[in-house]
Amino acid sequence: MIHVPRWQIAVAVIAVVFAIVYSAPNFLPSSVSWLPGDPVRLGLDLQGGSHLLLRVDSDVVLEERIESVLDEIRTRFRGAGIGYTDIGVRQLAGGLTLTDPAQGEQAQELAEEADETLEIDLDASGRMTFRLDSTAEKELRISALSQSQEVIRRRIDETGTNEPTIQRQGDDRILVQLPGVDDPERIKRLLGQTAKMNFRMVDETASIPEALAGRVPPGSELLYEDDGSEQGIPIVVRRRVGVSGDNLVGAAPVIDQNNQPVVSLRFDAAGARRFGDLTTENVGRRFAIVLDGRVISAPVIREPIPGGSGQISGNFTFETASDLALLLRAGALPAPLVILEERTVGPSLGRDSIAAGTLAGQVALLLVIIYMVAVYGLFGVAADIALAVNIALLLGILSALGATLTLPGIAGIALTIGMAVDANVLIFERIREETRRGRSPVSAIDTGYRQALRAIIDANVTTLIAALVLFQMGSGPIRGFAVTLAVGVFTTMFCSLIISRLLVLTWLSRTRPQVLKV
Amino acid sequence: MRLRLIPDDTTLQIIPLRRHAMIGSVVAIVASAVLYVAIGLNFGIDFRGGILIEVRIPEVPQVTEVRGAFEGAGLGEVAIQEFGEETDFLVRIERQPGGDGAQQAAVETARSHLAAAFGDAVEYRRVEFVGPTVSQDLLRGGAIAVLLAVVAMLLYIMFRFEMAFAWGAVVALVHDVILTIGVFSITGLEFNVATVAALLLIVGYSMNDTVVVYDRVRENLRKYKKTSLDLVLNRSINETLSRTVNTTVTTILALGALILLGGPVVQDFSFAMIWGITVGTYSSIFLAAPLLLTFGVRRGAETPGPKAEGERAA
Repeated sequence: MIHVPRWQIAVAVIAVVFAIVYSAPNFLPSSVSWLPGDPVRLGLDLQGGSHLLLRVDSDVVLEERIESVLDEIRTRFRGAGIGYTDIGVRQLAGGLTLTDPAQGEQAQELAEEADETLEIDLDASGRMTFRLDSTAEKELRISALSQSQEVIRRRIDETGTNEPTIQRQGDDRILVQLPGVDDPERIKRLLGQTAKMNFRMVDETASIPEALAGRVPPGSELLYEDDGSEQGIPIVVRRRVGVSGDNLVGAAPVIDQNNQPVVSLRFDAAGARRFGDLTTENVGRRFAIVLDGRVISAPVIREPIPGGSGQISGNFTFETASDLALLLRAGALPAPLVILEERTVGPSLGRDSIAAGTLAGQVALLLVIIYMVAVYGLFGVAADIALAVNIALLLGILSALGATLTLPGIAGIALTIGMAVDANVLIFERIREETRRGRSPVSAIDTGYRQALRAIIDANVTTLIAALVLFQMGSGPIRGFAVTLAVGVFTTMFCSLIISRLLVLTWLSRTRPQVLKV
Repeated sequence: MRLRLIPDDTTLQIIPLRRHAMIGSVVAIVASAVLYVAIGLNFGIDFRGGILIEVRIPEVPQVTEVRGAFEGAGLGEVAIQEFGEETDFLVRIERQPGGDGAQQAAVETARSHLAAAFGDAVEYRRVEFVGPTVSQDLLRGGAIAVLLAVVAMLLYIMFRFEMAFAWGAVVALVHDVILTIGVFSITGLEFNVATVAALLLIVGYSMNDTVVVYDRVRENLRKYKKTSLDLVLNRSINETLSRTVNTTVTTILALGALILLGGPVVQDFSFAMIWGITVGTYSSIFLAAPLLLTFGVRRGAETPGPKAEGERAA
């Protein structure tokens, strides 16, 4: 008789119990809550939801930084009496041309003092270019990425989305996954704005027609005030920021005395002081509330506002006021976001996919079960029992691991059903051959399991390699598929080599057949 | 009565057919390459970029009505297709010029045109868009993944068998991949990330089949040291034929269930798999094993393997 080690029986029993307990929640109504496991987590393609891949345009941050370095250099050059022309930022580098190239050395020293992370280039004609060195550039980009992630998280949390995933990917990408969101448009709108807000004085000395013709006074810029139209009303605003949106600590949508939706604001201590000073010094003048380069409104200051709170009115509906308040509470993004990829699945498609996938899986299981019995008789029954345990074990492990089941994952299970019996097919064919060569049943079965082992391992390793490559390459649904496939390889090997073998051996020792009918 | 697709002690003369098989395969490979160059692959939005919207419109409009909704939207080429139910439509919009941000804007345009034509009753079952950056990444990633899988298989077979086996297996593998790409060219089925996943599985499956045959070849080389290689190969193929066919049948049964019942999203994937598995089964029998004659297996150097131990233990 073939000896079966006790530990194998023990392992098999434990595995079957585990498989039943942990896969059961997938088949039972959710009211049965005394079981330890949860049903397997469904991917966005099955439960519905939105997958957004965003890119942080951190070039903007670099340009802002170089812009401010140029400002500093300007001041220093002016102090030292160095003349220059043609100053500006192009392609992540600042540049200027010295009027007198002989001052080059002095200019270079001053620029180095202004910012030590600069790489400065000076050619014979007096053209200077400034670039951030690679360490500084990298630091800036990374901090832009992590700040963006933080702001995105706050904005999405404010919308009340359940269990969002917000992950950094690579150097400049952020992956946002929003389960159960069926209207991602609002979230996309919220993420589409950097929401940089500040308060600046309106340049009332400037003439609008002159500015429109391109002659804007130095220190001011031409912006457009929102009036509900696409274009807006031109308005000239000073560049100097009076109070920055960074000083906000609260924002909420409210209805004002005229029954109009407005956004009420609260500043921190520094912001309150600056806002108080600004309004005290400028009573009777207009100031502009600028959001992402557009003027929301430009009211006249009627009286000093010392308390650190204020209201902004504008062309709001209650919804846009709420969204603006949300954006202000969550803070500004350091750089604009670009949506590189969106995949949104509505709940009805998800439900249909689950139903179709489950049905296909069940039919696949049934067909394979019938085929195995038709081909291998009683041995087929053993393989079928092993297959049932296999599927339960696979679901149980996926549930226990907290892995995500996706639609391709369901296809992976159906495929596993088809391929899982392969190991048993290999074994049974071998037993059949050995029997034909005249071996006794015991010897044929023993040799069959032993001899088929090598081919089974080789065959499964190749599937595992494919699964690993899939996991490497894939995102979301494809990864779920790869995980299902890889777990399937292990459960399949276990079930065909241990469970089906135990069943066959038990049958063998009970009936002691003289002739094997494989 | 047992179902037996392959009778016991089958002795098909496979090896003598190898020239025909190779000519057939070379013709199929060349045809696939020509089709690929002439027609090309119908890349889905994963690889080409663009927008895909699946909508359910309860008032059951005609395809032409849905198409009409996009008139004057300025979105370039818009393809409408009925999808599953008669209320469901798949709208494909070509990749918008103007980089990643332009796709997002086009989705909004498309939604507003649908809303104008059919009101609020339109249900968005699926909205996907892929910008140029990601589609290029995905295409590159997919190509690298398939190459990586083939190389990994080559290394594994080199490690488990000897060089001739590794080359034979890889030729069979590349053959399967090329023929699958060929069938996607001629049918015009959408080639997307799921198709690449199917290709990787086909690579795995084809390898799986080949390994089983090779394992038997190795065993028989030790057992029949005096027999000529072509007879050993023919014998090994026949001995494993029943297993090869049975496993292929169970896998195709499962995939058949997926193709018929799994819903439109997994249909193309299942089709690719069925084709690949059929081709893979053919190539393990008719290419991978006979190729060992071409690449030349070293005889007599076989080390005593687990077989010898197995004999002793039994």
